[in-house]
This record gives sequence, C-alpha cells and structure tokens, in this order.
Amino acid sequence: MMRGWLRSDGRKGIRNTVVVAYLVECAHHVAREIAIPFRDRDVHVIGFPGCYPNAYAERMMDRLCTHPNVGAVLLVSLGCESFNKYRLAHVVAESGRAVETIVIQATGGTRASIEAGRAFVAAQRDALDAMETVPMAVSELVVGTVCGGSDGTSGITGNPAAGRAFDMLVAEGAACIFEETGELIGCEHIMAARAVTPELGGVLEASVAKAARYYATLGYGSFAAGNAEGGLTTIEEKSMGAYAKSGASPISGLIKPGDVPPRGGLYLLDVVPDGEVRFGFPNINDNAEIAELIACGSHAVLFVTGRGSVVGSAVSPVVKICANPETYRRMADDMDVDAGRILDGGATLDAVGAEIRDLVVGLAAGSRTRSEALGHQEFVLTYKSFEPIGPACLPAA
Amino acid sequence: MGFFPDEVALDMATDGRFLLLDPRDNVMVVRARIRKGETVEVEGTAARVDADLPLGHKVARRAIAAGDKIVKYGAPIGSATAAIPAGAHVHVHNVKSDYTPTYHLEDVRPAEAGAA
Repeated sequence: MMRGWLRSDGRKGIRNTVVVAYLVECAHHVAREIAIPFRDRDVHVIGFPGCYPNAYAERMMDRLCTHPNVGAVLLVSLGCESFNKYRLAHVVAESGRAVETIVIQATGGTRASIEAGRAFVAAQRDALDAMETVPMAVSELVVGTVCGGSDGTSGITGNPAAGRAFDMLVAEGAACIFEETGELIGCEHIMAARAVTPELGGVLEASVAKAARYYATLGYGSFAAGNAEGGLTTIEEKSMGAYAKSGASPISGLIKPGDVPPRGGLYLLDVVPDGEVRFGFPNINDNAEIAELIACGSHAVLFVTGRGSVVGSAVSPVVKICANPETYRRMADDMDVDAGRILDGGATLDAVGAEIRDLVVGLAAGSRTRSEALGHQEFVLTYKSFEPIGPACLPAA
Repeated sequence: MGFFPDEVALDMATDGRFLLLDPRDNVMVVRARIRKGETVEVEGTAARVDADLPLGHKVARRAIAAGDKIVKYGAPIGSATAAIPAGAHVHVHNVKSDYTPTYHLEDVRPAEAGAA
C-alpha cells in the first residue's frame, strides 16, 4: 500500500528528507560535516557552487528545497556570496517547511556553524520521524527517466523496458518525464508525431534542433568514450536507443528544469539552455540531468545503464536498470533490475517493464533502492539560462 | 508508431548470436560475445569475423558501400566511410555520424582526429 507525506501544496512525498543546502562552494565543507552524523537518517546535501548570481540555479534550489520528498531545510551560507539566501528561506518558509539559515561568517566559523547546523538537523529529524503518512495513489506520482553509461544493449533491453514501465504508469494517471534533447538527435520527426497537438510537435522538433546546434558549437555530441567502447557508433544510434525510454504514450507537453507537470501524462524535459551558447555543456554528467528531473517534481528516477553506473541522488531515489547482462553479473549489488535477461530470452520487455513499475510503486511502500542502501546521494548543479516555456508547450487536456 | 526493438525473424540462416531489430536494417546486433577469426553464417553466407565482437556491437547484414546510410531500428544512424563486407564489424572505424563526430578513446588514428 502506497503512503506519502502530505505537503501544504497538496503534493505527497515518498521520502521525508532533511536537506542541507550550501549556497556557495565555500560553504560545502560545513554542510557536509553537518550531515555526516545523520548519513543513515535521510539527511541529504545539495547546493550551488557558484558565487555569481544565476536565475536558473536559484529556481532549481527553490524547487528542490520545496520538493515533496523534502520535509525541512537548512541553508548554509558563507555570508558574502551572491545567492539570494533571504528569498530562498522565504520560499521554503511559505511552503510550510521548517527552515533555518546558518551564515558561517556571522556564526563564528567552521566549528560553531557545524554545531549549530547539527542541532537544527537533529531537532528536525526527530520532528519529521514523528510525522504521520497518508494514503497515496499511483496517479500522484511523478517519475523521471535518464540513461547513462549507455552501450549497444541499452536501446534493446533497458531503455524499451523503462518505456513499457512509463506506458503503464501513464495509463494509471502518473506524470512521466523523459529528457536529454541532445540524445534525441535523429528522432525528432517520429517523436513530434506523438505530440497531442501539431503545435507541440513543432516545439518538440525545435527543441532537438536547438540541442543539435548547441552541441555542434561545443564540438562534442552528448556521447562519452565509453559509449563507443560499448558498441554505440554515432549520436544518432545512441539517440534511437535513448528515445525508447519514452515508451509509446502520446506526448502531453514540453517542460524545462523546474517546471512541474500540471497533470498526468508523458512530458519531454528540455535541458538545453536557450539563447547563445554560454556556461559550457548543457549537462556535465548524469547527476546534473537527474537533479533537473527531480526539480520537476520527480519522486523517483529510472536510470538505465549498460556500462554500469553506480550513482544515486540526493532528494529522490534512483532505480538502476542494468541493460547489459555481463555488466549485471559484475555489478549486481548496484542494480535494482536485470533487464539484460531480455537479450537471451530470459524475460520479455513487458515483464521487465512491469517489474520496474512495481518497484517504483514499492518505493512509496517502504522499500529502498540499491543506490539508497549504498548511501549514494550525488548532486550537481551548474550555471545555465532558460527562457520560460511558451503557450504551445502545455496544451490543455 | 511501432518503434519498439523486438527481434525480427530472418529469412535466411544466420548465426543465433546476431539480433535483427528491424527488417529495413543493414546491420545486426551482437547478443553474445564472438571472437575474431570465428566463421559465422550471415543470411546464408559464411563470413569470417574480422574483430572481437563484444555484446551490443554491430555487424553488416549485407555488403555496404562507402557513403551508404547505416540503418538500425529502421532509421539511419550515420554513413559508411568505407566499403563494409557482409559479416564485418560496423563501428567508428568505418562509420561517421551525420550530425556531430563521435568521441572515442580506442582506435584513434591521426587521420580521423580532425575529421568533421
């Protein structure tokens, strides 16, 4: 039976985490030290390393600190950084969550700040542990999907199996988000044909064209050396495999980092910045993408890997789906799902899809992912810039 | 739209370690590791494998001419940069992207380093 923690905006969390957020890299160590004694008690560190202001990063931090999986927030500021700590604290307080800001320069340095931070976290942890849960339905879930460390098996086993899980979840009323327009290059026309309106189809095609332009300027596709070693030859081939994660549901909208899907359905998350190429690569690694999916409200993220990724995430659990049976044998302890069974006929795509769906639902009924059990809480946030989405992006149902 | 990688039955005798994803494809995917030098059957013709073929790699289903599109999942995934005989390894050494060049650590040859 699914249960969640009810938040003031009506959303429900499947975790009740205390977030410790550093507002510049200079406060990262203090934030990490505050969290260390609570490493097995759902206290996660997130943050933004930059000292210059960035609207995207501030919006990401807003959404993450008021994510349904988060119950209380401690902000850790050095004191002189540009991040608007007053505004973020206000946003969190308005959401009904407990929030405190520790300013290291005002508190008297590292040791005093760590002590003050631990006292706040300990009190909040006790309060959150006493909080009652309420029943939750599949239709209240938001689920994201990403692939990383892809190889030639990803597009045959893990990604289409994740797509089948998405089809089941969408049919049950959940909101599902797929992403990385830089890994949909070559798929734009077949994808656009699935949009619920022709105008949205145009928006989807334009988002991939933007990604192709952006990556062409940077000189590299969204493609790592290990992808080639695993049998993937071109970005188009990787894209066709990645696209399979979206399943077969109609596409209900295009969103950008921090936009929460307004209702159930399938959504494309456009992660490539708007305007001139600035600040470097759209996503410097898989965790940057996972953080964006979570900022869009994802309660959990499906992560398909062929080469064998080990990461998890702060804030939301990451379900690891291993596409390659040889990798699974080497790294089973890190994997939640053995999708490579599909290759030798040991399981069908539908059966593995149903297994993934059940696993996600189980996360709201007390079970934990392998990466959670192993203590993975990776988090990356860097500079970006976006325009707000246009009217064609979310056609009314 | 029918884009779902599922196995497609082959008309002519082909080694069971190859997987055809779409009837339009001119490549097949390796589903179990094959060693260099092994003889394999590809659509009724015997071919000698020219490289170690790890899981997930591709071989030519038929002869492919330089400049031809490589087709997988029923969709073009790049262009051949050399003639590729049936049964040969199809990868970064004989295929290029039609979008952005592929970055890879193995098989980096000076002639390819600056290629667009």
